Amino acid sequence: MRDTSYAAVLSRKNEIMKASLGIDFDTYVSSPVAFDYERMMADTGYSLDDIVRIQSGTKVGGTPLFELNRLTEAVRAFAEPGKGARIFVKDEAANASGSFKARRASISAYEAKKRGYAGLVAATSGNYGAGVASQAAMRDLKCIILQEVFDSRGVGQPEILEKSRACEAYGAEVQRLSVGPELFYVLLRTLEETGFFNASLYTPFGIRGVETLGVEIARQVRERCGRDPDAVVVTHAGGGNLTGTARGLLAEGCTSTRIVACSVDLAGLHMASDADFNRKSFTTGHTGFGVPFATWPDRVDVPRNAARSLRYMDEYQLVSQGEVFYVTELMTKLEGLERGPAGNTSLTAAVTLARQMDRDQVVVVQETEYTGAGKHHNRQLSFARENGIEVRVGDPAENVPGKTIVLPERLEQVRGRVQEMDRLRMSYLKNAAKQHPVEKWTDGDVAFLAADLKKEPAWVRQAVPALT
Amino acid sequence: MSVARGSWVEIESIVLQPAERAPGLPEDTARTPYVLRLSGFLEEVAEIGQEVAVKSLIGRTHRGVLRLVNPGYDHSFGATVPELLHIGLREG
Repeated sequence: MRDTSYAAVLSRKNEIMKASLGIDFDTYVSSPVAFDYERMMADTGYSLDDIVRIQSGTKVGGTPLFELNRLTEAVRAFAEPGKGARIFVKDEAANASGSFKARRASISAYEAKKRGYAGLVAATSGNYGAGVASQAAMRDLKCIILQEVFDSRGVGQPEILEKSRACEAYGAEVQRLSVGPELFYVLLRTLEETGFFNASLYTPFGIRGVETLGVEIARQVRERCGRDPDAVVVTHAGGGNLTGTARGLLAEGCTSTRIVACSVDLAGLHMASDADFNRKSFTTGHTGFGVPFATWPDRVDVPRNAARSLRYMDEYQLVSQGEVFYVTELMTKLEGLERGPAGNTSLTAAVTLARQMDRDQVVVVQETEYTGAGKHHNRQLSFARENGIEVRVGDPAENVPGKTIVLPERLEQVRGRVQEMDRLRMSYLKNAAKQHPVEKWTDGDVAFLAADLKKEPAWVRQAVPALT
Repeated sequence: MSVARGSWVEIESIVLQPAERAPGLPEDTARTPYVLRLSGFLEEVAEIGQEVAVKSLIGRTHRGVLRLVNPGYDHSFGATVPELLHIGLREG
């Protein structure tokens, strides 16, 4: 009988990962901080055309791009003369399972089937679980989804309760767990017990599956507007959405498109805290994931993360919970489109960007997700009230995560705010220095770190003195 | 009241006691056990509160304390938040 204590299972992490993914990460790693990222991505063996073909076989991709005419007009009503870019949204809710996460799950499911695994396991409380369960159903694979659902009172976050329902609807075994990072421990144990494929969010299969989203955006905007998208806004949490979309845009030659990340600001709330768990009105797309994953991607459930957001990010916008709920309601009323919080986070940043950009420019919100019971913004606000959070109308600058949600009175109060990119890059380098002392960094390490930060090696070199 | 074999039920089990949990947790989380809830088909006749085995939707066996019979989903759209209703209206 194997030792299943926390420490014992964690110590078997590498062998469990190797068996459940069939990827030997050691072959790419050149130092504690550097590895051959592009070779790892290429070794999936799939071309973009292959990925399109696989996805079209399981109801993924080819989603519509809608222009949000009335919302654009509403922005132009208060923007400076000549300002107010055209806002488009990629309706990813049209994928099987209702979000872009179907793209991310599709290649893992195909690979698992091809290699003879009996099933898939994923640890995720978000749309990804439904994506994996739906793809597994179509590939006749068994599926286990592990979710962080409820606090010590037994109260579940309504959005995650809906995800539990969706996963069971697609025939998955759903393990609903209380608050804590030990979800990873349960993942390892489950992989070991079942021998199933690890459908981690952060494998090369997951990220390459998202590349088709960037490709479609490039082609659709060129056809509709006769230009490349000027900015693409991506709701940012773990970094896979941004990484995959940006890689797809680059593959199509959109080298001057600005890649803008956006997260809901939840500063001050602890992600592993039982008491804070139900004081958050967003379960993902927030700074509690967005900042730590950007500044150290390799903190995930695979040894090297294929989602590396700072490698592709040009700008990082923060928005408040109240601003997102306001824009969600406004899109419903102006555009006749009722969608969930994930895409509406980046839509909120798009309002701010469109206001600053010229009228002939194009800003693309690269996803929507489905909404409904539990996920709906009305439920999130009523749940916040039930948990003692103040909800009122006023100046969104007065939002305090976990205490007050302020809905703006007017669209022009939606301003968001920008994160300082170089501060994030420095934070990444400090994390790298913790893994591998700066004095041991080789030219190869510096070249990798520079590429991972979308900077030149000289920039990393000049930053080194501030790290020690 | 006994629950029939084959019923769709929810069980609960403790995955890790507080002392067995991951290091470095916030204090409020560290003092609670790490708990699993899971639904499946009951393997034998039992009473609520008894230790039982269930078969999940993919046929795996799990053990835990019988908690609910016919567990459903009651998440909803919630009580109306009137502040939302005014957004985007052409008022007047």
